[in-house]
Amino acid sequence: MAVPVDTVTKQPQPPPPSPSSLRFAFGNVLAFFILLLIGVLAFSIRLFSVIKYESVIHEFDPYFNYRVTQFLTKNGIYDFWNWFDDRTWYPLGRVIGGTVYPGLTLTAGTIWKVLQSLNIPLSVETVCVFTAPVFSAFAAWATYLLTKEVKGTGAGLTAAVLLAMVPSYISRSVAGSYDNEAVAIFALIFTFYLYIKTLNTGSLFYATLNSLSYFYMVCSWGGYTFIINLIPMHVLLCIVTGRYSSRLYIAYAPLVVLGTLLAALVPVVGFNAVMTSEHFASFLVFIVIHVVALAYYIKGILSPKMFKVAATLVVSVGLVVCLAVVGVLVAVVASSPTKGWSGRSLSLLDPTYASKYIPIIASVSEHQPPTWPSYFMDLNVLAFLVPAGIIACFSPLSDASSFVILYLVMSVYFSGVMVRLMLVLAPAACIMSGIALSEAFEVFTRSIKFYISSLSEFLETDAGDVMPGSNGSPQFDVLKTEKKEDSLKERPSRKNKKKEKDVVVVKEKSSVKSKTEKRPLVLPAEVSFFALFLTVLLGAFYVVHSVWAAAEAYSAPSIVLTSHSHDGLHVFDDFREAYAWLSHNTEVDDKVASWWDYGYQTTAMANRTVIVDNNTWNNTHIATVGTAMSSPEKAGWEIFNSLDVKYVLVVFGGLVGYPSDDINKFLWMVRIGGGVFPHIKEPDYLRDGQYRIDSQATPTMLNSLMYKLSYFRYGVYTT
Amino acid sequence: MVKPTAATTKDDAQALFKSLRSAYSATPTNLKIIDLYVAFAVFTAVIQVGYLAIVGSFPFNSFLSGVLSCVGTAVLAVCLRIQVNKENKEFKDLPPERAFADFVLCNLVLHLIMTSLPAGWPR
Repeated sequence: MAVPVDTVTKQPQPPPPSPSSLRFAFGNVLAFFILLLIGVLAFSIRLFSVIKYESVIHEFDPYFNYRVTQFLTKNGIYDFWNWFDDRTWYPLGRVIGGTVYPGLTLTAGTIWKVLQSLNIPLSVETVCVFTAPVFSAFAAWATYLLTKEVKGTGAGLTAAVLLAMVPSYISRSVAGSYDNEAVAIFALIFTFYLYIKTLNTGSLFYATLNSLSYFYMVCSWGGYTFIINLIPMHVLLCIVTGRYSSRLYIAYAPLVVLGTLLAALVPVVGFNAVMTSEHFASFLVFIVIHVVALAYYIKGILSPKMFKVAATLVVSVGLVVCLAVVGVLVAVVASSPTKGWSGRSLSLLDPTYASKYIPIIASVSEHQPPTWPSYFMDLNVLAFLVPAGIIACFSPLSDASSFVILYLVMSVYFSGVMVRLMLVLAPAACIMSGIALSEAFEVFTRSIKFYISSLSEFLETDAGDVMPGSNGSPQFDVLKTEKKEDSLKERPSRKNKKKEKDVVVVKEKSSVKSKTEKRPLVLPAEVSFFALFLTVLLGAFYVVHSVWAAAEAYSAPSIVLTSHSHDGLHVFDDFREAYAWLSHNTEVDDKVASWWDYGYQTTAMANRTVIVDNNTWNNTHIATVGTAMSSPEKAGWEIFNSLDVKYVLVVFGGLVGYPSDDINKFLWMVRIGGGVFPHIKEPDYLRDGQYRIDSQATPTMLNSLMYKLSYFRYGVYTT
Repeated sequence: MVKPTAATTKDDAQALFKSLRSAYSATPTNLKIIDLYVAFAVFTAVIQVGYLAIVGSFPFNSFLSGVLSCVGTAVLAVCLRIQVNKENKEFKDLPPERAFADFVLCNLVLHLIMTSLPAGWPR
């Protein structure tokens, strides 16, 4: 009579299923429906801007992505790869095929194509607007899968629901925010999930899927360098802390080779995949892991004495070789002025780099360090659940939980450098908080169950019942399973662990409760009831804050402005009216000059050629425009004439109190222009070190083209 | 003072090589075949690097795809060896057919990528 090894999938006889398998099945169905609801929640919480305003694309960058997607859907993929855009960066043009991250546009284009073939006639704009909410639902499901690999289903579900609502992620993925992060965060979490899955199972199939998912991430966002640096760091951490196993090799080595090849396939990355410092960490750790694997292999086939001999020999010879190689590498890297790193990465590593050397990067408001309140605004309750999650990850520490801890620490550092990287912190914070909340819930509910079962035991007069309330035998077996989970020597794969756990459960005939018991920690009943209530209240606060943030703070499309005054709601649609005026009243080939913020919108909505746009790839061209705006009228006219400009677009908010107009950004124009053309000096525009735009402004300021354009006939409108 | 230690080092080295050889010859034949394949792939990669050093790097696409495909197939073969090795307790209930199927799938993906890289993309 064979003991059923796996009571939940294989039944040796067809009779009624045992209560544990019924409960397991019920739990699975419940988890499925909860996940479905989480997806719906993630989608719907991002629809506030569509409800409050309209289904429109927001901000600046999404308009470029929308224009590229339009081109893709109209002309097909070959024209898209080969597209040279002559309607921006006049007269230089821009190679779109080679400088855009194609993941987002290809995804939306594919969705549109599939819908068209199913005869669902959604316009390209609708698909673009709703791509982000759909992918945030996928991201929530990916978070569930990732956290399930780390800690289990309960933690997974909690983490998924936290991610569906975390304000930081909502801010970059509302309906209408058609930007790279919309799909990139999903790709990030999914890649990490597949990495952890490969680490846990040691299966080459998941390693292949991991590489493909990494490819999707490289296609989608420049932040893929975070993955290709975090995973080697984790591998190094595992090696250094003595957790090397062959599963680590299978998880890492194929990823490096396949990943580098796949990254080289994406035109915008190209040969940077093997030549820039961002990727060197992965190659270095690739070499290290091979050395370590070889060392372990030799240790396995040699006797200990021989291994010691081998070690001394290798160390003496290898050290010399190593030093030589390192010397050569250092010389090669040090010969390049930026040590091989790109400007963006350098500004991440050294937060003061951008403000000293690259004013364009420093001028973007998203690249500023965040303030302390923004952590609470964007993460809310998670900000103080994260440390609890870190502690929960340490007991017990596994490869997966060490990875999540490393991910969290790195993302906290980077979020401290740039506010837009809070987005990378959000999934880590949700995972940690999910783990913490799930552990807390487990302790509370276990205490309550223990209390209820001890109550019923007290009321039961039959002493023969096997009550799991007694701390005797179940605890013994719990410790045995605990030892099996914790053993560092044997570390069985995931399948083995589950089978052994089930074997122990079946052998003891105890109820499912002892399977979930990790320690016999039980709190008094009143404490646990009250704590449960407080935890639910905490969750309620989080939900209320998230919904408020989604509705009020992050749903503004910034192309349409509203203001409430005593005579009702004013809607300012000035941007679109201006672009429509340009589109109707100018020739198709007319060139429009404006500050680079408005470039994408002008090409997308007004369909006119612009001089500079948000891609900011050519600093000198932007500095030319900045100089023209800061010069006196005649000099500015000459510069614009040399660029064949017919119209100059200026945004002025002084009439209605719009705070981020061109006069507000003017000092950045001066700085960037002055960085290339030394005759523009910033102190000339400041009176006593202060930026003034009233009658006390300096003559240089009052005569500048920007000032004259902004305040032209201002008196006509206000008097 | 120097000579005895040099002699002992040489003796140690010889003893080491002898024990390595004897231990390695005890591995089963299928693993030795995989090792041979790995050695061949690495050797091919070394030849390509030598060619790069001699002739220059002009179609860098081709060099990249060639070297990385050699290194890639070597890495995948090592993974296969890890999974098929009977002494590896972590993988004792992974059937070798599954390991080989994974190996084939991975190689398929690798070569699919590798063949599209030299053609490059229209720049």
